[in-house]
Amino acid sequence: MRERLALSRPVGASSGKTGSWRTFRPVVDSEACNACGLCILYCPDAAISEDLEVDLDFCKGCGICANECPKKAIEMVREERD
Amino acid sequence: MVDKSLELFDPGHRACGGCGPALAARLILKGAGRETIVVSSTGCMEVFSTPYPETAWRVPWIHSLFENASAVASGVEASLKKQGRSEKVVCICGDGATFDIGILCISGAFERGHDITYICYDNEAYMNTGIQRSAATPYDASTTTSPAGACSFGNKLPKKDMPGILAAHGAPYVATASIAYPADLMQKVERAVNTPGPCYLQVHTPCCTGWGFDGSKTIGLSKLAIETGLWVNFEMVDGEVTKAKKVVRKPVEDYLKMQKRFRHLFKPVLQKDEIAKIQAIADSNAEKYGIDIRV
Repeated sequence: MRERLALSRPVGASSGKTGSWRTFRPVVDSEACNACGLCILYCPDAAISEDLEVDLDFCKGCGICANECPKKAIEMVREERD
Repeated sequence: MVDKSLELFDPGHRACGGCGPALAARLILKGAGRETIVVSSTGCMEVFSTPYPETAWRVPWIHSLFENASAVASGVEASLKKQGRSEKVVCICGDGATFDIGILCISGAFERGHDITYICYDNEAYMNTGIQRSAATPYDASTTTSPAGACSFGNKLPKKDMPGILAAHGAPYVATASIAYPADLMQKVERAVNTPGPCYLQVHTPCCTGWGFDGSKTIGLSKLAIETGLWVNFEMVDGEVTKAKKVVRKPVEDYLKMQKRFRHLFKPVLQKDEIAKIQAIADSNAEKYGIDIRV
């Protein structure tokens, strides 16, 4: 019998890919972006990388990044579902 | 020095989109660093970050009951001390576990003077169990156990002064912070974990579900709480307030009208008297901590 312990190792996405919750997707306008990095720091899901790429597997589409962007370089676009 | 690129709180947890406490957890761990053991009481953060048998934490994490996170942390700290190890012990608990249920054990841990850092993420009610009132709920907020209606304007009691209570225990470092000012928050966490003795940090973390606002406004609302004087970011060293964030204050209506929990103050009729009472709370905060910028 396999030993079962109440321990687990952290893995990315401990509750699955939460990107499926999203209704609006952040789209970064790289022309307007001045790479201040505020969106990286304010994302509750750590879904924006150092290179300002949004990880759509985990982004819940809350819109904090678009709201807080000082250059208004992020737009929330409605997701198209098939 | 705080390493901003350090990610110890993984994405994929099941917090609501725009969750304040989830952001607080991320920022706290950036400030505390890798050599940290987290003790977490029952609460929203425990529920969304560690659905059994998974976890979002990349540091050792132990779950306690609602009431005894600080007692568990005391034990962990005593054991580490005996073994001659240098890991930092950090409690991260909600306001219900801190202000109401856990205050007995917190008082004990602070009296014994364990080298722990107790961080309360204050979302101003028991959000995980369904938005019940706690001692951190502000005056006139409507919750499921203090509902606003024909006979009531919501919660009738003021917010408990938890930093004051723990400073009176002789804590060397007590501070409040907000997720709207990440650099300040990380710096305060770093200072608290590196200060010997029991330190307390209270972090303002808006809850979009419980307070009733759009998740994208979490940071904006946090900033407004500070700009209206209803939340003060300050530092207390050995019981004396040494630093408080100064602001040009806005009227409290700006903060209140964004939230569903205060909607009864504006609709169906504007409750000027009640808003004046909340303004008086902001005024007394401003006077107590001297946050007004004189122009």
